[in-house]
Amino acid sequence: MRAVIAEDSVLLRTGLVKIVEMAGFEVAAETGNAQDLLTAIEEHHPDLALIDVRMPPDYTDEGVRAALSIRSTHPSTALLLLSQYVEERYATTLLATNTSGVGYLLKQRVADVEEFIEALRRVANGGTALDPQVVAQLLVRRPSTPMDRLTAREREVLTLMAEGRSNAGIAAQLVVSESAVAKHINSILAKLDLPKADADHRRVLAVLHFLGVGA
Amino acid sequence: MKILPRLRRALTRFPRDTAFLALGAPLHLLTGFLLFVIFGSIWAIIDGGEASAPVILGFLVALTALCVPALTAAQRWRFRQLLGVRIPRPSWRHPWRQLGYHSMTGALFGTLETLVVALLLAGVAAALSPLWIYALPWQWRVEHLAGSTQAIYFASAALAVLAAVPSLTAALVRLECRTSPTLLGPSRAEALARQVEDLTESRAGAVNAADAERRRIERDLHDGAQQRLVSLALNLGLAKATLTDLTPEAREVINTAHREAKEAIEELNNLVRGLHPAVLDERGLDAALSGLAARAPLPVRLKVDLPQRLPPQIEAVAYFVVSEALTNIAKHARDATKADATVIQLADILRLVITDDGLGGAAPGKGSGLTGLAQRVRSVDGTFRLSSPAGGPTTMTVELPCAQ
Repeated sequence: MRAVIAEDSVLLRTGLVKIVEMAGFEVAAETGNAQDLLTAIEEHHPDLALIDVRMPPDYTDEGVRAALSIRSTHPSTALLLLSQYVEERYATTLLATNTSGVGYLLKQRVADVEEFIEALRRVANGGTALDPQVVAQLLVRRPSTPMDRLTAREREVLTLMAEGRSNAGIAAQLVVSESAVAKHINSILAKLDLPKADADHRRVLAVLHFLGVGA
Repeated sequence: MKILPRLRRALTRFPRDTAFLALGAPLHLLTGFLLFVIFGSIWAIIDGGEASAPVILGFLVALTALCVPALTAAQRWRFRQLLGVRIPRPSWRHPWRQLGYHSMTGALFGTLETLVVALLLAGVAAALSPLWIYALPWQWRVEHLAGSTQAIYFASAALAVLAAVPSLTAALVRLECRTSPTLLGPSRAEALARQVEDLTESRAGAVNAADAERRRIERDLHDGAQQRLVSLALNLGLAKATLTDLTPEAREVINTAHREAKEAIEELNNLVRGLHPAVLDERGLDAALSGLAARAPLPVRLKVDLPQRLPPQIEAVAYFVVSEALTNIAKHARDATKADATVIQLADILRLVITDDGLGGAAPGKGSGLTGLAQRVRSVDGTFRLSSPAGGPTTMTVELPCAQ
């Protein structure tokens, strides 16, 4: 699998290259701005693009706009965006079409190399990787809701679900058995009136739909 | 011995006061003369009804209009240079007070100043008479002064007069100081209006400068330290993942370094969030607040209703208010389990309401950070209200003016 990296800080880009290679990708190109990124995508047709949101020339949301354009021209390229801060509307925009092969993480998550590599692979394989902060920020927007009926544990599980993790992944993270996770999920889906779904990313979609994203 | 310092003060002031009066005398007399001529001519023309009258009349009025500001400027200069009394520049739109000053006090002060200065000169001349009397032709001296012994009485009387002169000059200077600045300067309402304008402007400048400084610090931290720390943590993470054949001690060292680097990133992020986060400038108040609410240690329900972006300084203050309020609730509100933050815009007012379900009893000035919050709200003419009855709930209401 081949990847393209767009990150304007040279220091960080060097590290990202190492981590992406460690995850088993071949780095086809590394660029420092959105324009070069689009050119590199045209040229290499990578499986994954790792994109910084804030890049030259304006240092605002160049990465998001580039990602949307890649989505329409190269739908098969998985996109993982890195950002200094979480803006839930970026997530809304990115996930509006579909949730497969999309990730949106805080930049500092790269420090946890193993988890980051897992997220890279998940996104490249058509899964989802949303920062827990995205879900947290979406939750504060909810008016009085059935969300209040969830237990603390169920909230945790919900957040991990929205991040795009599988039952096994959630179980490992919370150090519980998979059957316990399944029970929590059933309870959550029931409380929130969500349709049951099997595929991880369909589940993410359901959760996000509930939270008001891409509705 | 109280008299000594007063005497000393009178004596040190005396030369300047004298110069002030000596300069004032010709200026006031000239003023009186000029205005007398102008008004006299105007009156003569109105009385005479000649054909060329309107032209000359117009010329004289123009001359007055030119003279008044020039005379005012000269007087203001005299006060500033010799007494250190600063009279603000009066407005061009209201020349009547100045005209009044020049026409009323011109003659009066001119006369008084001349008298005082003349008294001083005459006193000095008389006091020195025993010295110069011998320069006079002796016949004249004998004829008019009945011998030079007269000069001694003359000089003694002059010294008595001179002793009174400093008090006289001081009194006249005081009188001028009391009357002139009020008539020559702007009226009280004008001066206050100008001061308010100045203060408003300088305060807005200070608020903006502080905002710009916070932004600059944020940008510097983001471009420098934050990137480096993330890179450092990433490399330590890589080391942790790749160096598998290390001794347990070395592994522990790397683990610790990795953890500390991540904590440093978190601390730096918190610092930037408290200052002026990038998301505020780039995405606005709504986006910045949801990040804030999501990170609060207790559940926060956020409701933001803003039709458009607000002026940057208002966004910054509003962000600071919510940030401080939530920090405050987390730190001080006893038994608070959740908080609500509502931000709505009503015409030109931005209203922020932050509520918690704690036990109440919050008050500014208990090291709570509420004082700083209230100050920052006042810096943009906002209002701050806090209701925190014992037993709760606590509601903070802040209103900020947000006209575009």
